[in-house]
Amino acid sequence: MNPFRRSPFVIVSAVLVYIFLYAPILGLVLYSFNASRANVTFEGFIPAFSDRVVMDGSLVKSSPCGPFHWYCDLAKNDDVAEAAGNTLTIAFIATIVATVIGTMSAIALQRYDFKLKPFSQLALYIPIVIPEIVMGIGVLTLFSQLFGWVNEVFNLSGDARLSLGMATVTISHIAFMVPFVTLVVQARLQGFDKSYEEAAMDLGANEWITFRRVTFPMILPGVMSGALLAFTLSLDDFVITFFTNGPGSTTLPIYVYGLLRRIITPQVNALSTVWILVVFTAVLTLQILQNRESKQHS
Amino acid sequence: MLKRIRESKAAQGTLLALPTTFWLFFLLIIPLFLTLVISFGKRSPDGDVIYTFSVENYVRLFGYSTDCPDGQASCFDPLYVQILWRSLTLAFNTTVLVIGMAYPLAYFIARAHPKRRNMFLFMVLIPLWTNFVIRVYAWMMLLRKEGAINIIIGAVAHFLHIPFTPFEMLYTPGAVLVGMVYEFLPFMILPIYTSLEKIDNSLYEAAADLGANAVKTFLRVTLPLSMPGVVAGTILVFIPVMGTFIVSDILGGRQVILVGNLIQRQFLDARDPTFGSAASLILMVMTLIVTYFYTRKFGFGEEIIVA
Repeated sequence: MNPFRRSPFVIVSAVLVYIFLYAPILGLVLYSFNASRANVTFEGFIPAFSDRVVMDGSLVKSSPCGPFHWYCDLAKNDDVAEAAGNTLTIAFIATIVATVIGTMSAIALQRYDFKLKPFSQLALYIPIVIPEIVMGIGVLTLFSQLFGWVNEVFNLSGDARLSLGMATVTISHIAFMVPFVTLVVQARLQGFDKSYEEAAMDLGANEWITFRRVTFPMILPGVMSGALLAFTLSLDDFVITFFTNGPGSTTLPIYVYGLLRRIITPQVNALSTVWILVVFTAVLTLQILQNRESKQHS
Repeated sequence: MLKRIRESKAAQGTLLALPTTFWLFFLLIIPLFLTLVISFGKRSPDGDVIYTFSVENYVRLFGYSTDCPDGQASCFDPLYVQILWRSLTLAFNTTVLVIGMAYPLAYFIARAHPKRRNMFLFMVLIPLWTNFVIRVYAWMMLLRKEGAINIIIGAVAHFLHIPFTPFEMLYTPGAVLVGMVYEFLPFMILPIYTSLEKIDNSLYEAAADLGANAVKTFLRVTLPLSMPGVVAGTILVFIPVMGTFIVSDILGGRQVILVGNLIQRQFLDARDPTFGSAASLILMVMTLIVTYFYTRKFGFGEEIIVA
C-alpha cells in the first residue's frame, strides 16, 4: 500500500480549503490598485502616469505613481509611519524581555525543584485557557486603578501624571508572551541529553562554562523559535493593545481598526499588501536560513 | 547569601523562575482578582468604581431588570442571557465547521510526500501571519452587496438564466460565522497535522494486512490517534471565539452582539466597568467549564504548544 495515497475527496477538499484561505487575501491585494477612491467596487487600474494626481469624481485618472498611486499615498502618511514605529518598538523590547525571562523559567521548571514550581507551571496555562479580552480588561483595570491611586497620593499633575501609553502596552505584551516562550523552550529541554553536560563537567568545566558552551548552544534553536513566536504574537496583537494603549502609542492593528470604522480608501489595502509582503519575506528568509543550518548539522 | 544560592538547587530554581512568576502574578493573577472585586462593586454617576459588595451586576446579567415596560418593579429581560447563549452557540458552530474543514487539509498535508509537507504547511501559515484585523477587513470587502461573492453568484446566475439580485451579506450572523471560521482555521490545522504526522506507517500496513478497508482503517486507526490534535485545536479555537469582539464588530455591525462586544462597550462607551467585569468573569467561567469537561473527557495533548 502506498503510504502517500490520498482519496480524491481529500485532495478536492484540501484544494477548496486553500482557495478559502487565499481568495480573501488576493482580493485585498487586487483592490489596492483600485482606481476608485470609494473602494466599493473595483473600477479598474489607474491607467496613466502624470505630474500630479488627476481625479474624476472619486476615480483616479492618473497619478505620479500610476497604478501604484495608493502605495505612494501610503508612504506620505505620517500616522502609518508612527504606528509602524510603535509596533516594532513594542515588539522588539517585549520579545527581548519575554525571551530572556521565559528561557530562565523554562530551565528552572525543567531542571529544578522549588516551592513555587507548581504555581509557576500552572500560571503558564492562564493565557491559553482564558479569553484574551478577560486579560485585556483585567490589565486595564489594574493600570487605571493603580495610576489613579498613585496620581492622587503623590498629587501628580500635567505630564507627570501616570497614564496609558507605550510602557503599559509593552509590559502587558510581555505578560502574555512569556508563557508561550516558556512552553516552547521547555518542550525543547525535554528532549535534552544530559550526558553532554556531564561530559563537560567531567572535563573540568564549571557550571557557568558548561551552560555557556554546551547547554545554551543546544537549546538555542528552541529559544529562537520561542522568540520568533513572541515577536509575531506582539506584532499581531489587537485585544491587549486595544485596552492598554493611550495617546501616542497607536500600533498598526489599532490604526487599521480605527480606519475600518470610518471611510476606507484603497490605502488600507495598500497597507495590508505591504504588511503581507514584509511578513512573507521575513518568514521565508528565516525558513531558508533554518533549512540551510539544519542541513549543515546533519 | 551568595554561598547559599550556590549550594541550594531550590534557591537557584526559585531565582531563575522569579521574574516570570513575578510578572505573571502582577499582570495575570492580580488583574483577575481585581476584576472579581470590581464585579461586586457599583458604578458611580461619573463612571468610577464604588467598592462595595453587591450582586446586582450578576443578577442583571441573568435577566433581572428594574426597567420594565408596564410599571412593574422588576421583570425578566433576556437580553444578556441571549448574548451569552449566542456567543456559546457561535463558538460551538465555528469549532464544528473548522474541524470539518481543517481535518481533510491536515490529512492531505500529513500524507503528502515528506519533501512537500513543509511547503504545504507554510501555505497554511502565510494567511495566519497577515494581521487579524486585516483578515476581517478582507471579508468585509468580499461580503458587501457590491462585493466579489455577489458578483460571482450574479455571473453564474446570469449564465444559467436565473434571476438574481445582489443581497447584503455583511452585518448578518452568517458573516460573523464565516469571519470566525477564517480567523481560526489555521489553529485547528496545525495541531491535527502534528498528531496525524506522528502516526507510524506500519499501523496502516497492519490494518491493511488484517483486511481493513480504507473507511475502517480511518475510523479505527487514524481518527482515534489524531484525537489529541482535534482536542488541542478545539481549545485553541473555541476559547478565542468566545471572547473575540472585532469580527462581530466589523462583520456583524450592530446586528450581532457577542459577549466580547458587551464587555468592550461597558469599558469604553457605556463606562460601567463593574458590569463589564461581571460579564468578563461569567465569560471566563463559561470557557473554563467547557474546557474542563472537554479535556476531562478527551485529555489534554501536548499538541497545544505546537501552534
